Amino acid sequence: MQAEALEGGFSDPARQAAASFRGVMEAMARPGTLHALEGAQPPAPVSPAAGAVILTLCDADTPLHLAGAADCSAMRDWVSFHTGAPLVAAADCAFALGPWEALLPLDRFAHGTSRYPDRSATLIVEHPALAALGARLRGPGIRTEAQLSLPDPDAFRANNALFPRGLDFFFTDGSHVAALPRSTEVC
Amino acid sequence: MSDYNFAYLDEQTKRMIRRAILKGLAIPGYQVPFASREMPMPYGWGTGGVQVSAAVLTPGDRFKVIDQGADDTTNAVSIRKFFERTTGLETTTSTAQASVIQTRHRIPEAALAEGQVLVYQVPIPEPLRFLEPRESETRKMHELEEYGLMHVKLYEDISRHGHIATSYAYPVKVEARYVMDPSPIPKFDNPKLAECPAIQLFGAGREQRIYALPPYTGVVSLDFEDHPFEASKADHPCGLCGAEDSYLDEVIMDDAGGRMFVCSDTDHCETRQAAGHRGKDAA
Repeated sequence: MQAEALEGGFSDPARQAAASFRGVMEAMARPGTLHALEGAQPPAPVSPAAGAVILTLCDADTPLHLAGAADCSAMRDWVSFHTGAPLVAAADCAFALGPWEALLPLDRFAHGTSRYPDRSATLIVEHPALAALGARLRGPGIRTEAQLSLPDPDAFRANNALFPRGLDFFFTDGSHVAALPRSTEVC
Repeated sequence: MSDYNFAYLDEQTKRMIRRAILKGLAIPGYQVPFASREMPMPYGWGTGGVQVSAAVLTPGDRFKVIDQGADDTTNAVSIRKFFERTTGLETTTSTAQASVIQTRHRIPEAALAEGQVLVYQVPIPEPLRFLEPRESETRKMHELEEYGLMHVKLYEDISRHGHIATSYAYPVKVEARYVMDPSPIPKFDNPKLAECPAIQLFGAGREQRIYALPPYTGVVSLDFEDHPFEASKADHPCGLCGAEDSYLDEVIMDDAGGRMFVCSDTDHCETRQAAGHRGKDAA
């Protein structure tokens, strides 16, 4: 393990995780809105926002899958030191992190059961040029209509069709996060 | 501040609760199981709401607690003090100034806004529980969207009383999918659940369930075409502030049957009185 893996966590974990969770919760509750997450400095190429989501939500109880560029030894060490999350294959994870192409195909991830739809994976998608533009969104959390630059609208339509089963997504870019829960209809 | 961790709970517990809240928001109206902790207060005093509030509160928040609409009752006062001591946050009784409001059995009269979070204390989260005691069966009923039993219950109300007699914890359907217990709020408050700009979170400590309504979510009170849902209240104005449109408590004044009706939402009533509104019983 390199010494740099020890850096970049929350300096005041209780308060910073609380502030970070509020951003994460607002993002999930209002699909298509962008929120700033601060306080985490994960190793490159992982974005500070994705690092903050992981520090806020992951621990030894949440198996994590690292995909693509996020699956580097620096990041593996950083996650292990700061969260203790076991690193696992896609099929066994509660959270997954990586660029969109590396997370495909989505059917590898747990989608929950119809009796326990909450037992599904949450995907943290590193998505450059994240903006509240593009695919039109409707559903809970959205007053009339929202927009979000989704990587592949068809994949999210298919995910929404499984409701109440399905995956939930965070999109991270730099220090910003947006979310797309399974309940959101992509027009 | 004190030797407590911020907001009392340890960080691992808060992460577990936070993950449950996110799944609840992603599946509106669905009850997410969570590993409820022992809290330094008995079950029935809002342990679920307290755990959700502890997971949600941030250093910049202003916290308000109401019990049946009132800021000054035992339950509200003790929970407010608990968080003052364990977070060092400022608290308030003003609905408009609060960013997080924990509530027992009421929704504030003042309209909520984006950026606010309303946390409900829930005793029995399962709306079907008194109709079907087995969790394995109610799970299956939610899975199959089999809610006929609930309509039978409302129908039996009508056949016995001539109208739907359920007056609190009135069941709702969320986004045309899950039937949800809105906690024991009066059915007067049910319309405020729908299309609310604030995030609504529900915590049941003893029953170990968290569920949620994102903002602007469709919430419909169950009813029949020929017996539509009606949000009822005592047919009086408030004795102190004269409000005609607020939910009222009936207060017995003497041994001779004297009574008065006052707003159950103390902040709403005080705000109106400060603005010069007076009811017939105002001193």
